[in-house]
Amino acid sequence: MNRIYKINIITILNRQFSTKLAPKSNTWKSVIGLEIHAQIASESKLFSGSRNSFSAEINSSVSLLDAAIPGCLPVLNRRCVEAGIKTALALNCEINEVSMFDRKHYFYSDLPAGYQITQQRKPLARKGFLTFPVLTPVKQSKAYYKTVRLHQLQLEQDSGKSLHDEELKISLIDLNRAGIPLMELVFEPDLSDGEEAAALVKELILIFERIQTCNCRMEEGQLRVDANVSINKEGEELGVRTEIKNIGSIRGVAQAIEYEIQRQISVKDQGGVIINETRQWNAVSKTTIAMRDKEVVQDYRYMPEPNLLPLHLNMTEDVNLDDLVSVKAIEKSLPILPQELRDELVNDHKLTQVTAMILVNDTVIYNLYKDIIKENPKRSAKTVSNVLINDYIATCNKNKIYLEDSKISSSHLGEIIDMLENQELNHNLVKLVLQKLFETSQSPKVIVEENQWKQISDDAEIIKYCNQVLESENGKKMVQQYKSGKTKVLFAIAGEINKISNNRINMAKVTDMLKNILK
Amino acid sequence: MSRISNLSIKQLSRKFDEKLLCPKEHTLEVFKNIKRNNNDINAFITLSEEFALKKAEESANRIALGKKLKLDGILVACKDNFCTKGIRTTCGSIMLKNFVPTYNATVYDKLEKAGAILVGKTNLDQYGMGSGTVDSIFGPTKNVWSENLNNPRICGGSSGGSASAVAANFCSTALGSDTGGSTRNPASYSGVIGFKPTYGLLSRHGLIPLVNSMDVPGILTKTVDDCVDIFNTIAGPDDLDSTTIKKSFNPIELSENFNLKNVKIGIPKEYNCEGLTSEVLEAWTKMADFLEENGARVEEISMPYTTASIFVYSILNQCEVASNMARYDGIEYGHRADDESSTENLYSKTRAEGFNGVVKNRILAGNYFLLRKNYEKYFLKALKVRRLVSDDFKKAFSKIDLLLTPTTLSDAPLLSDFTKNNNRDQCAVQDFCTCPANMAGVPALSIPIKLSSNNLPISLQLMGPNFSEKLIFNTAKFIENRVDFYLNYNKLKL
Repeated sequence: MNRIYKINIITILNRQFSTKLAPKSNTWKSVIGLEIHAQIASESKLFSGSRNSFSAEINSSVSLLDAAIPGCLPVLNRRCVEAGIKTALALNCEINEVSMFDRKHYFYSDLPAGYQITQQRKPLARKGFLTFPVLTPVKQSKAYYKTVRLHQLQLEQDSGKSLHDEELKISLIDLNRAGIPLMELVFEPDLSDGEEAAALVKELILIFERIQTCNCRMEEGQLRVDANVSINKEGEELGVRTEIKNIGSIRGVAQAIEYEIQRQISVKDQGGVIINETRQWNAVSKTTIAMRDKEVVQDYRYMPEPNLLPLHLNMTEDVNLDDLVSVKAIEKSLPILPQELRDELVNDHKLTQVTAMILVNDTVIYNLYKDIIKENPKRSAKTVSNVLINDYIATCNKNKIYLEDSKISSSHLGEIIDMLENQELNHNLVKLVLQKLFETSQSPKVIVEENQWKQISDDAEIIKYCNQVLESENGKKMVQQYKSGKTKVLFAIAGEINKISNNRINMAKVTDMLKNILK
Repeated sequence: MSRISNLSIKQLSRKFDEKLLCPKEHTLEVFKNIKRNNNDINAFITLSEEFALKKAEESANRIALGKKLKLDGILVACKDNFCTKGIRTTCGSIMLKNFVPTYNATVYDKLEKAGAILVGKTNLDQYGMGSGTVDSIFGPTKNVWSENLNNPRICGGSSGGSASAVAANFCSTALGSDTGGSTRNPASYSGVIGFKPTYGLLSRHGLIPLVNSMDVPGILTKTVDDCVDIFNTIAGPDDLDSTTIKKSFNPIELSENFNLKNVKIGIPKEYNCEGLTSEVLEAWTKMADFLEENGARVEEISMPYTTASIFVYSILNQCEVASNMARYDGIEYGHRADDESSTENLYSKTRAEGFNGVVKNRILAGNYFLLRKNYEKYFLKALKVRRLVSDDFKKAFSKIDLLLTPTTLSDAPLLSDFTKNNNRDQCAVQDFCTCPANMAGVPALSIPIKLSSNNLPISLQLMGPNFSEKLIFNTAKFIENRVDFYLNYNKLKL
């Protein structure tokens, strides 16, 4: 899902929900809070030396501690602490100089110790916030920025995986995932709908791509989203919330939340009550379903983990102090974050907010943009972004090629842009050139030459085309209409001229010339 | 009693050096003694004779090549809650009756790497939850000093198997564990040295936990010298236990001419408690006098939170037990009940069958204390009181250097009397003098002083501030030289 989404930014902007249960009532307000589990991209697990690898053979990446063999003690992985701090800093958090680990108890067959080590009472970081763009599906121009508060960021270990064979009535357990490091990001309920939630997740992924603390492969469960959803009326207290667990794609986040909002509205409108429950998103039927196993409220009997010392961090400027993880050193190593990129595009490159949002929203596109401008800083930012967003992505989609798999180089794209700017190519033909570029290995210049797509800019030749149209039956009619005051007809005439030139004619010149001729 | 096995570690080692004794011969001889007497005592759950003979052979080869290791040929036993690679580790429970670890506990591993030879795994109360070594599925361990083994005395616990094994000359030293007194209590009843170091000096990696924040591996030996030798071998930081002290460990050397001048010894009056027998009180008083006569400054002090220790201990113990025991579900290892109708049923039946009543009671109580609504009322409150107990020690050690107290309130009770009380009441009495040291994490050593009118050992306890091991050992040695308890072993019929 994630990968398909990535190539398809524009389609998303225009998509419609297919799962609406009832027309949205104006009187209801929805409140959304996300809890996100992000797997830390580390070599080894949070408390053991086993490899942190997704594709390893079943139960092959399990140390004694991961299987909760008695007598084994957890040893905190320093890299995971660093990743947590880096992420917390990127999300504007206050880092706790001392944080603690807790045991959270529950019985499950893929939780070998009978408890999960997490940070409930004193987490690594607190009180963060994130401002991110929301590109609404209805109208691009209504794109806006939203700010969400981050309640806390905690380190914790993942559980194993259970597979239940209903027919054979057996459960199989794979402990490769047991003990894999997670960051749990608990956001405040500051969001108002599914699109904002999806946009938040999208922004997080962009941040993770830059700081590289999580690989974000949602299909592998590296980023898992739980959404708390409630509805209330303006001025009233918050409604009872439901929790949707483990949503596995960005689109799923928007769809599941929208579905759940509509479900709650129709329950309320029919006089029903919402019960506090956990629900599961079914991506196939596009509905949320109540999960049966959590009828009783769990008491996790939290207890401080006695085998780990409190985690002390070095907050001072002296980055080598006491062998503690230095927060300042990590702060200095932070790369440029997506919002800074957008600001740069708007302030320095004079692009619109929406263009900046779309460019930065996909790292492949953004990198192409940067490379094309870098090759020749005189290129127009507007033309470059226009070609990338309107022509390049569409051509990739049409050919069902993932952006990251596309072999088209920035220098070839640059050539196209130069031809556009030098009036050697009509914008109308850019998609055709790109299509040929996908099919052949020729350079855009050669493609344009061989297909005789070069723009017609020679005045004498343009006049020939103009006359051809103006002298036709249809042309004469249109000239009459124009002269009687319907000035818009001029564009229809120009369109005809363009058509007979096979989209090659310099339209700016054509309109100027027509205006002169028909004066 | 075999004269050879009565030698200290240094004496034995010298005999190996001088080729007057060979590790194989020594090992065979000790196993003869074990076979003759262990059935009466029941110190061992598992004997590892074959493994021991193989190790003895290796020791012999090293000695022959002139590459003798520090503990080559020295026989050791391990409480059966230390994991030993390839040798089953049961915790005295059905749950782990057939559990064979694939790794060694760090402290045992260090002994093995120093050439020591493991003779077997010793008996204990299930998971260390007890103070008599009576709650083991392998039956109680009897006190080697019992007047009549058919109506035996308890050996103390929970490391009773280890204390008995040392007292019975089944080994030179044994590892115990000490959470509320589990090493010192059986040492006291069995007439051996029982030492609990500062929390964090010995790695807990591979020690199957009872209460992680109080568990400390303990050392049981016949003499202070042996205790120092073993301590020096196994102490130090361990990457596999984050709670070990990171600083590298400097081996302790006892002072040749130690004297008690300038040593301030506190006698905490709260330890003179209800149930303390006149014989123990007398031994305690006389020892205080003796130390004073020899230059120490002895003064009575007060540690008002001493009596609170037992309650705090009880709550914290049960909470951690509830948590630590959650892993025993029959899935990855250990006992698995024959009920696969559902995961829940498998869990409950496995746990119902695998644990004894004591363990189950503690799990139940611990989970109750940890409930969201009770956490503050019990667990947090207990932590606060623990701090007060610990502050008692801090205050005391700002004025004095060592504390001298009884280890146990009496000599060893009869098994038949002891088992009339339930486990909770047993522990409340037995751990009274020992568990405060675990609350505070400070080092403590129990040393036998004399025989009671029943011809049973009476012992006293020395406690000091963190990392005061050297002073404790020196003082203990001073006492040892005076009381010469060792001579009493000649009276043992074993």
